[in-house]
Amino acid sequence: MDGRSPWYLAYRRLRHNRVALGFGALLAAIVVFVVAAPLWADHVAGTGPNATHTTERVEVDGEPREVVNREGEPVGPLWLGAGGKFFLGADGRLGRDEMVRLMYGGRTSLFIGVVAASITVLLATILGLLAGYYGGRIDGLIARALDVVWAFPVTLLGAALGLALATGGLGIGPLQISGESLWIPILIIGVVYTPYVTRPLRGQVLALREKEFVEAAVSQGSGPLRVMFGELLPNLLSTIIVFFAISVANTMLLESMLSFLGVGVQPPNTSWGTMIADGFELITSAPLLTVIPGAMLLLTVLSVNVFADGLRDALDPRAKLRLEAHAGKAEPEGTAI
Amino acid sequence: MAHFAIRRLAGMIAVLFAVSVLVFAIFNVIPSADPARQLAGRSANPQLIASITKEWGFDDPLPRQYLTMMENILTGKVVSYETRENVDERIVEGIPATFSLCIGAAVIWMFFGILFGYLSAVRAGGLLDRALTVVAVTGISIPVFWLAAILLNYLTYRLELFPSGSYVPLTESPLEWANHLILPWVTLAVIFVGFYSRVLRSNMLDAMNEDYVRTARAKGLSERRVMTRHVLRNSLVPIVTLFGLDFGALLGGAIVVEGIFNINGIGQYAYESLINLDLPPIMAITLFGAFFIVLFNALVDIAYAYLDPRVKLGETAQ
Repeated sequence: MDGRSPWYLAYRRLRHNRVALGFGALLAAIVVFVVAAPLWADHVAGTGPNATHTTERVEVDGEPREVVNREGEPVGPLWLGAGGKFFLGADGRLGRDEMVRLMYGGRTSLFIGVVAASITVLLATILGLLAGYYGGRIDGLIARALDVVWAFPVTLLGAALGLALATGGLGIGPLQISGESLWIPILIIGVVYTPYVTRPLRGQVLALREKEFVEAAVSQGSGPLRVMFGELLPNLLSTIIVFFAISVANTMLLESMLSFLGVGVQPPNTSWGTMIADGFELITSAPLLTVIPGAMLLLTVLSVNVFADGLRDALDPRAKLRLEAHAGKAEPEGTAI
Repeated sequence: MAHFAIRRLAGMIAVLFAVSVLVFAIFNVIPSADPARQLAGRSANPQLIASITKEWGFDDPLPRQYLTMMENILTGKVVSYETRENVDERIVEGIPATFSLCIGAAVIWMFFGILFGYLSAVRAGGLLDRALTVVAVTGISIPVFWLAAILLNYLTYRLELFPSGSYVPLTESPLEWANHLILPWVTLAVIFVGFYSRVLRSNMLDAMNEDYVRTARAKGLSERRVMTRHVLRNSLVPIVTLFGLDFGALLGGAIVVEGIFNINGIGQYAYESLINLDLPPIMAITLFGAFFIVLFNALVDIAYAYLDPRVKLGETAQ
C-alpha cells in the first residue's frame, strides 16, 4: 500500500464533506462577483462606484425616471429595466449605483478581511513560537502584553485607534499612511485579534517542544531559529490554516462594525460596512439599501465559517483543535463584538 | 488562597494601569484633538486658548498630564472637554440601562446556548442537530448592528410589534422595561447563542467518550441522568470560562446596540465621546470596561476551581 501524506488525507476528507464544499463554492462565487466589479461597472452599468447621478434621469422601459426625486428619495431596484443600470437602484441623495458599489464594497471587505487575518496569523505565529519555545521571561513578557490587549473591549480599542489614525494618519519614520488609507483599519484589526490566536498556538508549541524530534534537531546542532521555523512551524501549519479561516470571518465582521461606526473604512473607499451605515439613514423608506449589503456580508462570513469548520474536521479528524483553543481561554469568535 | 488573591489583584492593577496608559497615548498622538480649543468652544480666540491651556495644564509634560487625568477619574472630578459635564456622573447614570441590557442578554444567551448545545449533542447527527447547527453558525456569522437595524425596521417600525423609543427604568414599569429591551437583548444574544451552543456540543461529544460516563452507564443510571449529571456538568466548565470573558467584552457590543436602539447607556455615551474625540469620557469608559473584563477573568479562575476540583488555585493563571 502506498503511503499518503497527511495533506492528501485531509484533502480526501474535505472532498467528501459536501456541506463544506457547497459553501466553499458559494464563497468562490462571491469572490468572482466582487472581482468582476470593473466589468459590470464599465460594460453594464456604465458608471463608477463614486460617480453621482443626482440630477440625471434613467430610461426605464422607454420612460424616463429621475434617479433621485425631488424629495431626495433614490430610485429603487430597476433590475434589468434600464439595461442593467441601477440594477439595485440608487444609494441615496447622491444617486450612486448601488450594484456597482456593492461589488466594489465587497472587494474592500474581502481584501481587509484576508489581509488583516494574515497579519493576525503572522504576528500570532511569531509570538506563539517565541513564547512557547523560549518560555520563562520572554513568555511572561508576551503574555502580559497580550493581557493588556485582551482587557480592552475590542470594539472600543478598534474604534479609538481608528478614530485617532483616521484623523491624523500614521507616520513611523519612512512609513507614511494617510488617514483614509485602507491600511489603517487593516493594521488595527490585525493587531486587535492577535492575542486570540497567539494563546492557543503558544500552547501547541509548548507541547511540541518536548517531543523527540525537537530534541533530535537540537542535538544535531540546530539553532533556535532553525528549530522554530524548520521543525515546529510545519507541525503548526494545520492549526494556523484553520485559525486563518476563522480569523477572516472575524476580521470581516469587525471591519463592518468599525465602518458602521464611522471609524473603519473612510471615503472615497467603500465597504459593505459603510454601505450599511449609509443605508441605515434611509431604512424606513428604502430598507433594501441596508438589507442587501448586510445579506452579502452574512453570506460571505457564513460560507467562510462553514468552510473553516470543514477544514478543521479534515485537518484534524479528532476535533482536538477546538478543545485546545478553549483550554487557553477563548477562541477568536468569543469576543467578536 | 490569600497568596493567590494578592497576586491576582496585583496583576489586575498592572493590566488596568497599562490599559489607561495606552488609551492616553493613543489620544495624544492625534494632532487635531486640541483639548484647549475644545474647551474654549465657539468663541475661541488665541488668548482664551492660551489661558485654558495654562489653567488646565495642557502644556505640562505628558506623564504629569496623565497623572492629573487619572487622579480626576478616580476621585470623580473629571469633566468632558466637549460639554464640561462630569464624566463619572454620566457613567453612573448610564449603568442601569447598560446593565439591564447586558444582564438580560446574558440570561438569554446562556439559556438558549446551553439548551441548543445540549439538544444537538444528545441528538448528534440527527435532524434536530443539523437544524440547530445551521441556526448556530448563522448566529455566529451575523453582523450585530445589521441585525439590530433590520429588527428595528421590520418589527418595530413596520409591524409595530415592539415599542420604539428609549430605555424605560425598571422601577418605573417592569413590563415596559422588558418590552423595550426584548429586541436589544435578542440582538446582543444571537451571536453568543450560536457560539456557546457549538462549544457546548463539541465538549459534550468529547465527554461522552470518557471513562466516567461508561462507569455511570454501567452502574445503571438512566440516560437522562448520565447526560445531565455527568456529561453536561463536566462540559459546562469551559463555558463558564468563556462566559466570564464575554460578559466583560459585552460592553463593547453594547456600543452599537445602544446606538441603534437609542438606549441612553454607557455604550451610547462611549460612541458620542468617540465622535467628539472627547478624551476624558473615553479614558473613563475604557477603564470601566477593562475593570469588568479583568474582574470577570479573576472570578472565572475562582469559579473554575470550584467547578473542577482538579484545578488548584494558584496554578490556574497558567
